[in-house]
Amino acid sequence: MARQYETVIGLEVHVELATKTKIFCACSTEFGGAPNTHTCPVCTGMPGSLPVLNRQVVDYALAIGLAANCEITRYCKFDRKNYFYPDNPQNYQISQLYLPIARNGYVEIQVGDTKKKVRIHEMHMEEDAGKLIHDEWDDTSLVDYNRSGVPLVEIVSEPDMRSPEEVIAYLEKLRLLIQYLGASDCKLQEGSMRADVNLSVREVGKEGFGTRTEMKNLNSFKAIARAIEGERERQIELLEAGKEVVQETRRWDDNKEASHAMRSKEDAKDYRYFPEPDLPPVFIDDAWIESVRERQPEFREEKIKRYQEEFGIPQYDAEILTETKQMADLFEKTTKLCGKPKKVSNWLMVETLRLLKDHGESPEDIRFSPEHLSKLILLAEDGAINNSVAKKVFRKMFEEDIDPEIYVEEQGLRMVRDEGALTEVLEQVIAENPQAVADYKGGKKKAIGSLVGQTMKAMKGKADPSAISRKLEEMLK
Amino acid sequence: MDIQSMTAAELGKRIRSRELSAVEAADACLEQIEKMEKQVNGFVRVDREGARKQAEAVQKKMDAGELTGPLAGVPVAVKDNICTEGLETTCGSKILEGFVPAYTAEAVRKLQEAGMVILGKTNMDEFAMGSTTETSYFGPTKNPWDLSRVPGGSSGGSCAAVAAEECPLALGSDTGGSIRQPSSFCGVVGIKPTYGTVSRYGLIAYGSSLDQIGPVARDVTDCALALEAIAGHDPKDSTSIARKSYDFTGGLADGVKGMRIGIPRGYFGEGLDAEVGQKILDTVRMLEKQGAVVEEFDLDLIQYAIPAYYVIASAEASSNLARFDGVKYGYRAEEYDGLHNMYKKSRSEGFGAEVKRRIMLGSFVLSSGYYDAYYLKALKTKALIKREFDRAFDSFDMIAAPAAPSTAPRLGESLSDPLKMYLGDIYTISVNLAGLPGITVPVGTDTKGLPIGMQLIGDCFDEAKILRAAYACEQIHAYERPALVKEGR
Repeated sequence: MARQYETVIGLEVHVELATKTKIFCACSTEFGGAPNTHTCPVCTGMPGSLPVLNRQVVDYALAIGLAANCEITRYCKFDRKNYFYPDNPQNYQISQLYLPIARNGYVEIQVGDTKKKVRIHEMHMEEDAGKLIHDEWDDTSLVDYNRSGVPLVEIVSEPDMRSPEEVIAYLEKLRLLIQYLGASDCKLQEGSMRADVNLSVREVGKEGFGTRTEMKNLNSFKAIARAIEGERERQIELLEAGKEVVQETRRWDDNKEASHAMRSKEDAKDYRYFPEPDLPPVFIDDAWIESVRERQPEFREEKIKRYQEEFGIPQYDAEILTETKQMADLFEKTTKLCGKPKKVSNWLMVETLRLLKDHGESPEDIRFSPEHLSKLILLAEDGAINNSVAKKVFRKMFEEDIDPEIYVEEQGLRMVRDEGALTEVLEQVIAENPQAVADYKGGKKKAIGSLVGQTMKAMKGKADPSAISRKLEEMLK
Repeated sequence: MDIQSMTAAELGKRIRSRELSAVEAADACLEQIEKMEKQVNGFVRVDREGARKQAEAVQKKMDAGELTGPLAGVPVAVKDNICTEGLETTCGSKILEGFVPAYTAEAVRKLQEAGMVILGKTNMDEFAMGSTTETSYFGPTKNPWDLSRVPGGSSGGSCAAVAAEECPLALGSDTGGSIRQPSSFCGVVGIKPTYGTVSRYGLIAYGSSLDQIGPVARDVTDCALALEAIAGHDPKDSTSIARKSYDFTGGLADGVKGMRIGIPRGYFGEGLDAEVGQKILDTVRMLEKQGAVVEEFDLDLIQYAIPAYYVIASAEASSNLARFDGVKYGYRAEEYDGLHNMYKKSRSEGFGAEVKRRIMLGSFVLSSGYYDAYYLKALKTKALIKREFDRAFDSFDMIAAPAAPSTAPRLGESLSDPLKMYLGDIYTISVNLAGLPGITVPVGTDTKGLPIGMQLIGDCFDEAKILRAAYACEQIHAYERPALVKEGR
C-alpha cells in the first residue's frame, strides 16, 4: 500500500500598515505617486540621514499583537539586516530580529466544523524596500523609492497548518483581524498582504519534521492553494523516488503552476544582523498597552453575537454581514441612520450581494454610502416608492452612488397618492376596456388583473397595485 | 592685531561694534587660506564665492538688527563628513567625489542660524578612519607646527586650519578621539561633547553609537561658544538627548577650587612619552595649587577598550558604508559586468585601504557564528567600561589624561603599522565607548617644539566643568602660535 503523507505548513505573512507616513520619515505612504516623489534623504538612504520611528507603527503592531493573543516585548529593539540590492537604498533593512515586538500568540481558525489554534511564533516591525523597474530595451534598471520605508509587520506562524484550507482560513482570519483594526487593507493583489509558505511533508504518524522549502511570489489565495498542492506533490515524488528534499527558497509561477528554485541553503545570505545604533530601544509600558487595548474595536465574533441580540438578525445573516469589515461597517452605519436593522440586513444580504456577484466585485468595492442606503430604505418604508421602483433605484445607487431622494424626484418616481388623480385614470381605463369590464362583471374575477396593469402603465408605475385593485373593485361594484 | 589671529569672540565683538564687517572677516580668512594652504592642505574645498555671499547676507541681517549673537559674522570651517547643502561633501574619499548633498546637517544649520559664515570643507582621514589625516583621497594635511609631521586625525584638517589661523573655529567629529588627538598635535582646543548633545543628522556616519560632532578653537571661550551654538535636542536624531542645560559659557572663569581631579595611574606609565606625561602632571599640580583636589586612582578594564572599540566601530562602519555602492551617488566604476560586478568594482576602486580593512573587520565580527564571540562581547565590554567610569565619577569631578601617547609623529610613520596606530587611541577611545565628554587643551611644548595637549574627561553632561578646568589651564599656559603662522611664512 502506498505511504500516506501529511503536509506541514508554516507561514510568514507581511502586512503593509495603513499609516499616513513612512516608518522612519515623514514621507507619504500613498500608493501610485509618480516615481520618487514620496521620498526624502531618509528613505533614499542619503549619507548622514537618520531614521525616526513613527509611533503609529508601534500602535498598529501592538494592536495586531494583542488581537493575535501575543506576549508584548516590553523592551523591544530594531536590528539591521545587511544585504546588497538596489531597491534597498542603505543596503541594509531596519527590521527586528533579537527583540521583536510580539511573540507566542495564536489565532483560532475553523475549517468545516473543526476549530483549531494556529500559533504565532513572533511578529516584528520593519521597512519595505523600493521597487525596481527593468527596462529590457535599454538593458538598465530604474529604482522607485516611493515604497521604500513603508511600514510592514511580518507575522511568523508555527508550522501548525496541515492543508491549503487551513492556510486560507488562517490568512482570512489574520486579514479580518487586521482590517477590523484598521491597521491595513490587506490586499494580496496589491501587495499590502504577502505570504511566504514554508512547507514540508512527513509520513503520517511520524514524529519530527521533514526538510522544508520556502515558497515566494504568491499573489492570491488561489495561487497559495495551488502552490501548496504543487509543492506537496513535488516533495512526495522526490521522497518516493528515494531522493531528498533540498532546503531552498522557491519561486511560484502561477501561470505555469510550477515553482523553481531561487536559492538553496548553501548560498543562503548571511545578513549580519546587529542592533540598529540609530534607534534607541522602544519601552512599551502598561499604559501604552492599555491605551491600545481600549481603542481595540469589536471583532467579528462579538459582532455576530451582538447583531443577534440587539437587532434580532439570524446567526447566518450576522455571519455573512461580518465577513468583511466594509459590510459590517455599512450595516451598522445604515442601521444607525434609519433604525431598521432587518431592512438594512435584507438589502445587503439580497440585493447587494447579488449585484456584487453579477459585477464580479467584493464588498471592498461597494461605492454607495450608508446615508444613501438609509434614505432609500426610508423612502420605501414610507410608501413613497414601491418595491420594484426601490430595486431600480437601488441598482442605480449601487452603480453610481446617486442620492435616492434626489433621483426619485428628478425621475418623477414618487408614488401618486392623489385619490382624485387615481380615480380619473381608472375612469379612463374602464371606459377604454369595455370587454375586460364586462368579463369581470360576468364573474371572471381574473380580468381585473389586466385593468390593474393598464392603470399601472398609465401611471408609469408610480402607484400601489393593491390600492388600485381595491379601488377598481369598489368602482365596478 | 591681524584679523585672522583674533579669536571668534573677539572677531564677533568687533563685527557687532561695526569696527569690522563680516565680509572683511571672511576676506581675511580667505587670504590666510591662500597663504597657508599650499603648505598645510587643511581644506579639501574652499567656497570663496559662497563665503563672500554668506558674509554679505549676514552683514545685511546684522545691519537690520536681526542677528545679534556672539558668533554672527564669524567665519568657520566644516569637516568634510558633515553635509552642507549645495557644497560638495566627500568624507575625504574618492567614492563620494562629486557628491553634493541636498540638505544641510543640523549642526551646520545651527551655525548658520547663529550667523556664521561657512568657508569650506576641511580635510580628514577617509571616512574618519585614521589618526593622521594621511588616508584622505585628497592628500595628507600637514601640521602647521612642523610641516614634516602629521596633524593627527581624523579631524586633522579642522585642527590644522584653526592652528594655521585660516579660520578661528572649525567643526570636527570624534568617534574614537578624532577631535581630541589632533587638537593635541596642533596645539588647539577641541571638545567631544556627551553623546547625544549635538545632533548627528547630516554627519556621515562612521560608528553611529560613538560619533559626535564637536568644535575646534584656539581658546576655551571660543570652544564653549561654538558648542553652545551647535548643541541642542534634535527630533531628527533619535539618539539626541534633551539636556537640562545648554549653558557652556557661564562660570568659565570660576576656577578649580574644590574640584576633584582623578589621575588614572595606568595612563601615565608605559607607552606614554615621558615629556608628554610630565607636562600634563605639572599642569595638574598647578591646578592643585589653585585649590583642586588631585588624587591618583586605578581605572580598570581600559586595556579592553581598544579591542572593544575596533569591533564595535568597524561593525557599524561595515553597515553604514554599505550605501556607497555606485547606484545612487558618488563614484561608479566605469566598466563593469552586471550588478554585483558593479558593486565590487565601484567599492574596490572607490574606497582606500584603511576603509576596506575596517569594512572587512566589521563584516567579519558580525558574520554568523562570530557575532556572539566578538560583537556581543564588545558590547558587554563597553557596558563594563561605562561602569568603571561611573565608579570613578563617584569620587572625581573629572579625569586628567593624555590625548595621545606622544606629540605629532612624522608623515608616513604611522601608516606602515596599523596596529600601532590603533594602540595610539588608548587614551581617547574609552571616552567614546562610555559616551562621555572630553576636551583637549594645550599645556605647552616638548623639546622638539611640538605642542602637548592634556585631555580632561568629565561625567555625562558635565561639559561646563571640564571647560572651566580647561579655562584654568589656559591661564597657566598662554596660547602659542606655530612659527609658520607667527612669522607669516
